[in-house]
Amino acid sequence: MSHSTEAGTVPHPALQVPYRDLDQQRETATLGMFVFLLTELMMFGGLFCAYLVYRTLYFPSFQEGSKHMDLAIGAVNTAVLICSSLTMALGVQAAQKGRSKAIVSWMAVTLLFGCTFLVLKGVEYYQHWRAHEVPGLGFDLASSTAGVDIARVQLFFVLYFIMTGLHALHMLIGIGLVTWITICAGKGRYTEGYHNPVENVGLYWHFVDLVWIYLFPLLYLISRTRT
Amino acid sequence: MWTDFPLFPARASNFADKVDPLYFFLIAITVFFSVGIFLTITVFAIKYRRSVHPQAEQIEGSLAVEATWSIIPLAIAMVIFVWGAAVYYSYGAPPKNALRVYGTAKQWMWKFQHPDGQREINELHVPVGQDVAVTLISQDVIHSFFVPAFRVKMDVLPNRYRTVWFRPTRAGTYHLFCAEYCGTSHSGMIGWVMVMEPADYETWLASGAEGSLASSGDKLFRHFGCISCHRADKGARGPDLAGLYGKEVHLQDGTTQIADENYIRESILAPKAKIVAGWQPIMPVFQGQVNEDEMLELIAYIKSLQQNPLNVNPNAPIPDEEQRKRNPQVEPQVTRP
Amino acid sequence: MSAAPTAAVHPREHYLNVDYGIRSWLLTTDHKRIAILYMISVTVMFFIGGIFATLIRLELMTPAGDLVTSDTYNKLFTMHGIVMVFFFLIPSVPAVIGNFVLPMMVGARDMAFPKINLLSWYLYVIGAGITLYCITIGGVDTGWTFYTPFSTTYSNTYVFGSIVGILFAGFSSIFTGLNFIATIHKLRAPGLTWRRMQLFLWSNYATGVIMILGTPVVAIALILVAVERVWHIGIFNPALGGDPVLFQHLFWFYSHPAVYIMVLPAMGVVSELVTTFSRKRVFGYEFVAAASIAIAVFGFLVWGHHMFVAGISLYSALLFSIMSYLVAIPSAVKVFNWTATLYKGAISYRTPMLYAFGFIGLFTMGGLTGLFVAALGVDIHVTDTYFVVAHFHYIMVGGTVMAYLGAIHYWWPKMFGRMYPEGWAKLSAGIIFIGFNVTFFPQFLLGYLGMPRRYHAYAPEFQVLNVMSTAGASILAVGYMLPLIYLLWSLRYGEIAPANPWGSTGLEWQTTSPPPTHNFEETPVVTEEAYAYDKHPEMEFVA
Repeated sequence: MSHSTEAGTVPHPALQVPYRDLDQQRETATLGMFVFLLTELMMFGGLFCAYLVYRTLYFPSFQEGSKHMDLAIGAVNTAVLICSSLTMALGVQAAQKGRSKAIVSWMAVTLLFGCTFLVLKGVEYYQHWRAHEVPGLGFDLASSTAGVDIARVQLFFVLYFIMTGLHALHMLIGIGLVTWITICAGKGRYTEGYHNPVENVGLYWHFVDLVWIYLFPLLYLISRTRT
Repeated sequence: MWTDFPLFPARASNFADKVDPLYFFLIAITVFFSVGIFLTITVFAIKYRRSVHPQAEQIEGSLAVEATWSIIPLAIAMVIFVWGAAVYYSYGAPPKNALRVYGTAKQWMWKFQHPDGQREINELHVPVGQDVAVTLISQDVIHSFFVPAFRVKMDVLPNRYRTVWFRPTRAGTYHLFCAEYCGTSHSGMIGWVMVMEPADYETWLASGAEGSLASSGDKLFRHFGCISCHRADKGARGPDLAGLYGKEVHLQDGTTQIADENYIRESILAPKAKIVAGWQPIMPVFQGQVNEDEMLELIAYIKSLQQNPLNVNPNAPIPDEEQRKRNPQVEPQVTRP
Repeated sequence: MSAAPTAAVHPREHYLNVDYGIRSWLLTTDHKRIAILYMISVTVMFFIGGIFATLIRLELMTPAGDLVTSDTYNKLFTMHGIVMVFFFLIPSVPAVIGNFVLPMMVGARDMAFPKINLLSWYLYVIGAGITLYCITIGGVDTGWTFYTPFSTTYSNTYVFGSIVGILFAGFSSIFTGLNFIATIHKLRAPGLTWRRMQLFLWSNYATGVIMILGTPVVAIALILVAVERVWHIGIFNPALGGDPVLFQHLFWFYSHPAVYIMVLPAMGVVSELVTTFSRKRVFGYEFVAAASIAIAVFGFLVWGHHMFVAGISLYSALLFSIMSYLVAIPSAVKVFNWTATLYKGAISYRTPMLYAFGFIGLFTMGGLTGLFVAALGVDIHVTDTYFVVAHFHYIMVGGTVMAYLGAIHYWWPKMFGRMYPEGWAKLSAGIIFIGFNVTFFPQFLLGYLGMPRRYHAYAPEFQVLNVMSTAGASILAVGYMLPLIYLLWSLRYGEIAPANPWGSTGLEWQTTSPPPTHNFEETPVVTEEAYAYDKHPEMEFVA
């Protein structure tokens, strides 16, 4: 079904119903992505809320839990994700200039970083499992520190696995989206005049990165050193 | 008259006399505005029907009118809010000299224990004209203690004591319902509150008691081995519990806490969570070994222990004079539900 | 002023006859077809929820639990709640009426994200399928509120499956809200400023905001319940240090705003009906629009009023109570504005207007009884009793369902190019109004008397009022069956509708009935405010 555009011009192949021009489509799609990310924020927000409530109530036990986090892997993963956001931003910039080869390169590096993150996370989960720190799978932790209750340390780990697990799921989805963008870029779909999907995937990626930037200090750092 | 009419519950507590007037006020407001809106719509719909009033007059609005019908309802709402809050506040903490009753809710029954030892299932005897404070905990899911005639309702939670209080004002027998859905026999988790004249209540109390809660708790205190550590002498490995209930306890992390039912319960089931300053975290965990009924007996026992001005850990630095002089006889503080 | 009206005819090609294949329906991205798909789905779910309600009311005719077992009864009220709340009330007006009418009201060709719109329907259907499957293999008995630790640790029913079904419905809702927000922000026709928008758009915009902000929180609350149930780990489990009341906070943080998702679109419908059938603009347009936004905002700040006896502190109870009174004010303002709109109007008594009258009256009563439960002192007595049940049914059934039926009748000519039979429709509206009041008014009395909710068996003194309520329910059931029959009848035999039978100034009426797939032959240009009836004497009531 064709829709009216300027007389005599052929509509851009990427122009969808019901938009009258690419500008309107771009603005709407970006708005849509922001609104979607807002829902994601609310979702993680619920988990953050539960974490903060329990941390306030059971501080010594949560402190104990934090001590069992692998700071090295966590820090490396944080650096990996921040770099991936950088390469993603550079990929978006390349898209804005319509340079398909550059888009593919930057997206490929971003993918690499993303997969690295997931691999390291998997290693970390495995380590926790070996150390009997996975609730429901033989959780067994001993501590003689005053104020620490093992059941509450288990609560810490439950929240840790759910929060980082949900984050990892979003990373996986992000990797899927970036792969799709890479393939489309390889086919030359993005030009200076049309590259909004790259921008929106970039927004999603940065958001998932941002969630990690909150998770890392909350789970790994803030409770660690206080005595 | 109203209490005979099957549309209104009996009024049998101090709270009923507070709640019902507010309820009637709310009914009046509701009737006024409902009838007002109904009538206005009916009148307008008839007077301005198309067949007699075919030409509509466009009226944009009026700030004055909007302000009026925003501010007046707001004012009425605030009156209701303050009144309701005042009534709610009066439910607050139980009076100090309230008769204490303890109870557990479990799927699907109510178990009450009087300090004198009387135990009841699904029935609660109380004297008229006296404040009664019922401390409740759930053994499983969330229940709710609801006595319509008293206008009293409180959710009963697992792992947390909560106390509800009331002063019955009329002798009689009143429904007790569980008001929070709790599974198969939720609607079967019902009973009766029997409000008796004081003399009858005394008679009832005296009959059939098997020994007070505190004496049962004493037996448990020995049975579980608590007595081996919690002593007043130098070999004690845990703080002496005499005079503990209601006292301010100093914890190892520097905070203080009032030793109420919830604190004592937590100290038994999860002892490592809060360590008293100057003592080692060596108390074994009793989670899974002490059930809720036994817990109430232990708490009753601990409450009954005599005042002891000194509570000294032989390994700790000598307490200063202030601390030694502290601890006059304190009224038990019951926490807010 | 035209001469004797010629018989209406349908346009040659419109969205219904442009393609008849099943694929053209199941793979459609046309918002109008998606709305029809939703209409069929929610109607099915409504009647399933209604069957549960019938069984509940039949059981409650006698004090003893003698019709079904306790476990079955507990499943009945649970599934009645889940099906009605998540699969009927929340999608009804937005996904059926909103999807059909909203793009036309902004003068657009479709929603902002047509494919996501279709996805939203599929998510709904999958969720409904999973939930119905759980119902058939044994059901769930936690109450639609899933309170812990009963739902996580003690229930022996299909909690996990039901939660998954609800999660799908939740995501469906999120995508609907997302579409609404993007469409209203970005796809308005030239000249259609915010202040010229029809009030239905303002209501659905506010609804969209609630959908996207609130639904994710209940999603995570239910996911935590599911995780705890499957892996036996404690988040809400008190034996492991978890707090069961935390679940209530997370649950009600969504579920209170959810009731505004259910009522705001209904209010938007009422604004449209009152203006069209009074032939005048609404009294205080800005105030009604602002009230929609205020309800959405304040609605997020009152969730604790479901927990006054659950163990929250005095201070939070005070806060939630006062906020609950504040959120009542914008609703009251709307009622007053609609009533004032009738003043010096030219009122017609067509069925949609009767439903609008019913809404205003019953919503007023339901809202005023909200003042009872918001009052801390009274709530102690009436919470968890039939008083609350009556209160929310007055709003959801007396309010939302009536507005939904009013909307269906109002836009039926637009959707299908047919008029419904006015006589039968009026009769049904009357039966519904009477049946509704006889069903639910006694429940206020039962509640104050002390009958708790979710009770399979009850004390004998409650029987008289229960029998009255059941009698009303049987009348109500008849009232609901009738539209199903005559509306279906009208699809084949109903009078052919003209393009704008109600002579409405609404933008959706300025195209054919039924509309073409692309809605408007030319993009409309809006030059005046909504409901400008004085500027359009030529727009006549022709039905």
